[in-house]
Amino acid sequence: MSQDFRLESVGLINRDKKLSFKFNGKKYFGYEGDTLASALLANGVHLVGRSFKYHRPRGFFGAGVDEPYAIVQLYRNNETEPNIKATEQELFEGLEAKSVNCWPSVNFDIGAINNFLKIFLPAGFYYKTFMWPKSFWYRIYEPFIRKAAGLGVASTKHDKERYEHKYEYCDLLIAGSGPSGLSSAYAAAKNGAKVILAEDKPRFGGSLLTDDVNIGNQSGKDWAEGIITELKTMPNVVVKNRSQIFGYYDHNMLVMSEKVSDHLPKTKKYHPNKRLWYIRAKEVLISSGSIERPIVFGNNDTPGVMLSSAAKEYLKVYGVLVGKNPLIFTNNDSGYETAIEFQKHGVKPVILDSRKNPESEIIDEAKSLGINIKNSYVVVAAQGYKKVKSADIASISDDKKQLGKIENIKCDCICVSGFWTPSIHLASQSGNKTKFKEEIDAFVPGVSKQQETTLGAANGVFSLEETLQTSFAKGSEISKKITKNDNEVSIPNVVEKKSSQHDKFWCVPLPAGKHYKRFLDFQNDVAVSDIEIALREGYRSIEHVKRYTTLGMATDQGKTSNLNGLQLVSEIENKVVPAVGHTTFRPPYTPISIGAIVGREVGKHSKPTRKSPIHAWHEKNNAVFVDAGVWLRPRYYKRGNENLFEGSKREAKNVRTNVGVCDVTTLGKIDIKGPDAAELLNRVYTNAWLKLPVGKARYGVMLREDGIVMDDGTTTRISENHYHMTTTTAQAANVLSHLEYYLQLVWPELNVNVVSTTEQWAGAAIAGPKSRNVLQKLFPNLDVSNEGLPFMGYMEGDLFGVKARIFRISFSGELAYEVNVESDNGNFMWEKIMEVGEEFKIQPYGTEALSTLRIEMGHVAGSELDGRTIPYDNALEGLVSKKKDFIGKRSLQRVAFTADDRQRVVGVVPLDKKTSIPEGSHLVKDANAPLPNPKLGHISASCWSVEYDNPFSLAILKDGKNMIGKKLFVMSPLKNKVIPVEIVSSHYVDPKGERVRS
Amino acid sequence: MLYIKCPHCGMRPQIEFSYGGDASVKRPELNKEISDQEWDDFVYNRKSLRGKHLELWQHISGCRQWIKVERDTATHEIFNTFKADEGVV
Repeated sequence: MSQDFRLESVGLINRDKKLSFKFNGKKYFGYEGDTLASALLANGVHLVGRSFKYHRPRGFFGAGVDEPYAIVQLYRNNETEPNIKATEQELFEGLEAKSVNCWPSVNFDIGAINNFLKIFLPAGFYYKTFMWPKSFWYRIYEPFIRKAAGLGVASTKHDKERYEHKYEYCDLLIAGSGPSGLSSAYAAAKNGAKVILAEDKPRFGGSLLTDDVNIGNQSGKDWAEGIITELKTMPNVVVKNRSQIFGYYDHNMLVMSEKVSDHLPKTKKYHPNKRLWYIRAKEVLISSGSIERPIVFGNNDTPGVMLSSAAKEYLKVYGVLVGKNPLIFTNNDSGYETAIEFQKHGVKPVILDSRKNPESEIIDEAKSLGINIKNSYVVVAAQGYKKVKSADIASISDDKKQLGKIENIKCDCICVSGFWTPSIHLASQSGNKTKFKEEIDAFVPGVSKQQETTLGAANGVFSLEETLQTSFAKGSEISKKITKNDNEVSIPNVVEKKSSQHDKFWCVPLPAGKHYKRFLDFQNDVAVSDIEIALREGYRSIEHVKRYTTLGMATDQGKTSNLNGLQLVSEIENKVVPAVGHTTFRPPYTPISIGAIVGREVGKHSKPTRKSPIHAWHEKNNAVFVDAGVWLRPRYYKRGNENLFEGSKREAKNVRTNVGVCDVTTLGKIDIKGPDAAELLNRVYTNAWLKLPVGKARYGVMLREDGIVMDDGTTTRISENHYHMTTTTAQAANVLSHLEYYLQLVWPELNVNVVSTTEQWAGAAIAGPKSRNVLQKLFPNLDVSNEGLPFMGYMEGDLFGVKARIFRISFSGELAYEVNVESDNGNFMWEKIMEVGEEFKIQPYGTEALSTLRIEMGHVAGSELDGRTIPYDNALEGLVSKKKDFIGKRSLQRVAFTADDRQRVVGVVPLDKKTSIPEGSHLVKDANAPLPNPKLGHISASCWSVEYDNPFSLAILKDGKNMIGKKLFVMSPLKNKVIPVEIVSSHYVDPKGERVRS
Repeated sequence: MLYIKCPHCGMRPQIEFSYGGDASVKRPELNKEISDQEWDDFVYNRKSLRGKHLELWQHISGCRQWIKVERDTATHEIFNTFKADEGVV
């Protein structure tokens, strides 16, 4: 298909590179440098989608970020992305896009019946209709609304694209590369400031690309190009296109989304799709420009109705005529500029100006070109369904209330200009309280809240000369403060045509007897009548009106609708606009893909993975790994076809009968040094620590101040003032912070230093009746007998030339040792243990066997120390000193903590000795009691006892002390299980603890 | 994201810190008789005020020092930061 609406040799596109693309399955051609929108318009395609609520045909309204409704579903490299603005999507070879919000097609859309039922779909329709009956909500209303709503479909596939995050610091961050952004960036850069200049479009220059102005004796566009070229050569300047600063957060942190690859058919190897920049700027200059405001009239959403600035941009940047018979409807001089461009390119526009007798240089030029201008004239309504075919126009009285006789004139597009709205979103997000500027009928930034300055059109300054002067000055002034440099930059002279005062007129009255929809918010289908209803129903606050009608919501954030909505409310309410106020602008300014926000933190990269130095050995020996916090630990070592249950049972059994070895590197380790180390431990742990001899270890429990157990572990006195503390894997970081808190803030007088040594030591637990034999082989020169190295003893040794620490401590309840060597020697140690242990039938065991062993011994761990239990609950009250004070002791006097029937850890055995008990099940007295069945306790940990070959669980049970021998029921509604059980002692195996001391 | 001046390291982003609550709370001395009410006030009761608040932060991914930060809880403005042993107010 030929590009009937493309002008020859006009625009900034690359005509040497023709690109093919598909829209709704049909093939078209465009050029490199086109957007999807400009390429479609070049092909005469105006119908892109259907509107959100009424499914009315929708076309293009803007030419960039201002676009409220030309939203498509994009297909690129076998991926799909919803919510893409056709006006922002650059064309690439093979691009495919489809219309959204229509079925079966954009040309014939069943949902358009809503348009004829619109009398039934007024503001608040959803609130009013779907409230009753309540039972209908989940089954009927919600599925219906979900299907009807939304502007595209998210892919359900894993996103193969990569997204990156980048952190950056700069002196000046400048948002927008229009005349103001370029001037201030240039001035600041010349003073040596570190500058980041961000432009959301592919091309730099903003309005200079389309405006007929002259700066320093060149065209605005050429001047912009020169400045950008120079800025790019400066080492202190980062210039970024396709980069949207979308959010202004606390302490001058701004976030920018850089589209790295969206303009390419496929992301280049090693490149991200998007890069999210977190920029901390000393100063921010907001040069985000302004967006043209529509004038509201009947059927103003018909495809072919668009902003006059957009029509001008399509013409000047892309060489595309949005129509060949254009009607310009304006209340200011901007419409004339668009008309002049049309006229210059051989198309004869008609201008309707709501003003009676405006005079300016621009108007004079239009007149001299012979353009047909009708003053005091307005468009009453656009005519045509899928495309504008004609317009009903009429003259309007001076008070803008009375329409003259309605005439119909042929046209194929209506370019509308209702003056300009500064883009104050970023300033508003920064906390800046905006103020209303009467001369331009719009809000502008007020007093700065953070280090931000708004310049140029975003600040309501529409004169190029003034913009350049203030922007150069601000750029110099701010950068001078930071860099102390003062390099003068001469401000170029500007030639621009003077314009006349705009007309405050913004909405065409309805002619008698007509009920045209006059849209305010094109994205959300909010019409004048909807706001009228909301106000009639008593909504007053603009924030409430917004939520009730959806005006200014969603991805558009009211870019084109905000001010007209406020005008309407102010007129009905008989208030001035500033008294109505505007709603809060929220980030993001434009839709940002979730992938960009998530960055690289997906899948296994969503958290760090820590591996022990013995990890490679585990992998080689068929370890099945499990996440233990951020660590990967072997769960069991798979032999043949073994499953988890079989493998862990074998490993645990081997510990009980022979000897096993477990990688305990992940345990938290804290080195404690200083003359007051014993005193610190004595205050932190519940038991006594002042008399622990050198070369001995002790088990300790520490509490939070609220009396709840925080962690447990052993601490060993290595030498007089040197202790080695172990913590659980999960609590390691918290315990270190806890100790630091008390040392730095509460007891700074204690002369102690603490430091984490978790990474420095690799640890192996050697457990089982034959563990001493293994240890003796590892350290042939040491006396490791029961006398030489008694239970809770410590010694240092030489492990085949490697320095080792040997602790006689046990988690498994068997005779056991823990050997630590420096991490780099971890694998060496492990292989030596396996080597010398072979004759004793040593097997490695994983966390599952480790759990089995500790559960049947009744050793409490994380599942009992769950942040809800006190020492008594864990049968640890024997470790609570009555004599000394310690962290959390006072809380143990709380009434609930001393109650006679306080919960306590117990053992649970199924009566049939066969049925496994699901963890998390509840214990109840009567399985058939009416619901809610009173819960007596819960199963905290379950295992298959290898000692007795039957299931065994630990539970935290109310009045557990007096429940031993009682029969209860375990209930698991989740697993649909009811199991009769007997309560037994938590110390199921070796209750006297003889093995560890043997 | 806040930008916090660690008195030991300088300006650092919030992600390097962890929050530690009200800095004006004083732990009762060890081995001292204390009423239930006083203990509850220490463990549980906080003002949760709007406005200027002296709070603890730990520079957990930096120097690991606990510091005091004077911050407005409504606007996030940070007025001053102090070392753990520095007198405040």
